[in-house]
Amino acid sequence: MVNKTELYRHEGLLILTILILGVVFSLKSDDFLTFGNLYDLVNNYAMLMILACGLFIVLISGGIDISFPPMTIIAQYVMVTALLKYGGNFLVAFLIAGGVGTALGLINAVLVNRLKVPSIIVTISTLNIFYGLLLYFSKGVWLYKYPDWFENGLTIFTFTASDGNDYGLNLPIMTLLAVLIVTGLLMKRSSIGRKIYAMGGNREAASRLGFGIFKLQLFVYGFMGLLSGIAGVVQSYTVMTVAPDSLLGYELTVLAAVVLGGTSIIGGRGTLLGTMLGVILLAMLQNGLNLMGISSYWQMVITGLVIVVSISSTAWSQRSKSEILS
Amino acid sequence: MNSLKVKDHVEVYLVVLLLLIIVVFSTQIPGVFWSASNFQSIGSQLPVLGVLAFAMAVTMLTGGINLSIIATTNCCALVMAWVATHFAPSAGSALLMLLAGIGMALVIGLLNGILIAVIRVSPILATLGTMTLLKGITILISKGTAISNFPAYVLWLNSNNWFGIPVPLYLFALVAIVMWIVLERSPLGRRIYLIGSNQRAAHYSGINTPRTLMATYIISSLLCLVAALMMMSKLNSAKAGYGESFLLTSILAAVLGGVNPDGGFGKIVGMVLALILLQMLESGLNIMGISSYITMALWGGLLLAFLFLKGGRLPYFGR
Repeated sequence: MVNKTELYRHEGLLILTILILGVVFSLKSDDFLTFGNLYDLVNNYAMLMILACGLFIVLISGGIDISFPPMTIIAQYVMVTALLKYGGNFLVAFLIAGGVGTALGLINAVLVNRLKVPSIIVTISTLNIFYGLLLYFSKGVWLYKYPDWFENGLTIFTFTASDGNDYGLNLPIMTLLAVLIVTGLLMKRSSIGRKIYAMGGNREAASRLGFGIFKLQLFVYGFMGLLSGIAGVVQSYTVMTVAPDSLLGYELTVLAAVVLGGTSIIGGRGTLLGTMLGVILLAMLQNGLNLMGISSYWQMVITGLVIVVSISSTAWSQRSKSEILS
Repeated sequence: MNSLKVKDHVEVYLVVLLLLIIVVFSTQIPGVFWSASNFQSIGSQLPVLGVLAFAMAVTMLTGGINLSIIATTNCCALVMAWVATHFAPSAGSALLMLLAGIGMALVIGLLNGILIAVIRVSPILATLGTMTLLKGITILISKGTAISNFPAYVLWLNSNNWFGIPVPLYLFALVAIVMWIVLERSPLGRRIYLIGSNQRAAHYSGINTPRTLMATYIISSLLCLVAALMMMSKLNSAKAGYGESFLLTSILAAVLGGVNPDGGFGKIVGMVLALILLQMLESGLNIMGISSYITMALWGGLLLAFLFLKGGRLPYFGR
C-alpha cells in the first residue's frame, strides 16, 4: 500500500509552490493580497474547481471524461430557456441543470461500459455529438436574458469592506463549498468512494470482490454530469450569458488542473486536496501574472512550463521505485 | 495474446459503410455527388486531416497518444513561414525553409520522446503539457498574429493539379505509402506494434523500448511538418491556433480506421478507407446544404456505431 507521507509529498510540494508564488506576487503587486482580489479569484474559478472535482473522481475510477464542456452549456441552455418560460427559483435552476447534466453523464456511463474501449474515445465521440447537436439546435445564438431574480442573485452574510465594496457568501462560493464538502465526504468517508479508488487501482480485482463495475461507472460519470450542470448554473450566474461555443477546448484546461494536483491518469491514486491545490496554482498563476502586467502571451508559456515540470518531476520520482522496464 | 490471429473485419465494415454512403448519395443527390466539385472538395480536405490522423495513429499504435499534433503543426508552420517571408524566393530559401521546419519537428519530437520514454510521463499528460507549452511559445513569438503572403514555391503545392487531381492528394498518397512501408514492412514498425501489444514483453524480448518510443514521437512530429506545409499552402498564412478542431477529429479518424487506442493494432488501409468515408460524408452533406454541426454530430455517432458493431471483437485489455 501507498503510505501516507508518500501520498502527501506531492501536496506538500504544491503548497510550497503556491506559498512561494503568493509571496512573489504580493511583493510585486499591491493588489494581489487584497480581499477583493482573492474574492474575485474564488468567484471566477469556481466553475473550474467544480468541474475539476468531477473529473478528479472520473480519473480516480480509471476513466476519463472530456465531454463535459458541452454538457455544461446544454444544461445552461435548457435551464435558462425553461426558467424564462415557466419561472422558478435557484433550487429549480439547480434541479434542471443538474438533471440535464446527469442524464448526459449517464449516457457516457452506458457507452463506456458497453463499448469496451478507452473512455477517452467514447467521450470524444459524445463530445462531437453533444457539441454538434447543441450548435445545430441553438444555431449558435447567445442567450443574454435572465429572469430578474436570477440576476439579483443570492448572497448571505453581506458586509461592506473597508474598500467600499460589498462582499458576502454568494451563490458561486456557497455552491463551491457544498461541492467540495460532498466530493470530499464521498471519496474519503463513504464506501462508494473506497470502491471507486479500488476500481481505479485494479479493476479486475474490484470486479472479483463483487463490486458492481457498471453501477460504479453510472455513479462516476453521472456525478461528472451533475457537477457539469451545477457548474453551468454557477457560470451563468457569473457571466449572465450562455454562449454555445464558449467552452471549446476547456476540457483540457480542467484536465491540466487535475493532473497538476497529482491525480494519476491511470486511476486509483490522487487526493481531493491535491486537485484543489492544482486548481489554486493555475488560478493564482494566471491572476498573479495578470496583476504583474505580464502579457497574456507569456502566461501560456509559463503555464505550459509549470505543467511540464510538475508532471515530469512526479513521474521521475515514481520512476525509480516502480519500474522493471527501462 | 491470440488476438493477433483473430481476423479483424475493420476493413470489411469500412468498405460496406463506404458503399452504403455511395449508394445513398448516388440515389439522393446523383448530380451533385458525382460532380467534379464534390471530388475536388474531398480532395482538398482529405490530405491535411489524413496526415494529422497518421501523426496521431502512429503514437496510438504504441498505446500512447499525441495531443500536441496541432500545436506542433502550427509551430512548424510559423517557423517555416518566417523563413519563407524573410528571404528572397529561391531554391536555397525553399531548402532553408524545409530544414528549419524539419529542425523544429525534430526538437518537438525529441522533447515528447524524452518526456514519455525516459522520464516516463504518461503520453496523454506529456503531450498535454507540450501542447500548452508549444501553443504558448507560438503565440508569444508571433504575438498572436498571422504570417501571410508566401512566395510561389509555398503556394505551388495547393494550386496545382496533375491529371485533374490536386497535388496535396499525391503527397498524401506518398505519405500513406511511406507509412505503410515503415509500419507494416520494416523492423521499426514491428517494434512499434509489439510495444503497443505488450510493452513489458517487448522489452524482455530485447527491444529497446525507449529508443523505439522516441522514434515514434519523432515520426509523429515529422508528419505534423507535412501537415504544416499543406496548411500553409492552402491558407496562404500561418498562425497559432489554426486547425484546432483537427485534434479530436484525428483521433476519431484513427479509431474509425481500426487503430486500437490501447495499442498494437491498426492498418494503414483501414485508416485511408476511414478518411475517405469521413470526407465523403462531410462533402456530400455540405453540398446538400446540411449544417456542418450535424456532420460533427454524425461523425461522433458514426464512430460510436462502428465501435458498437466491432464490439466483442476488440481485444479487451481490462479497461
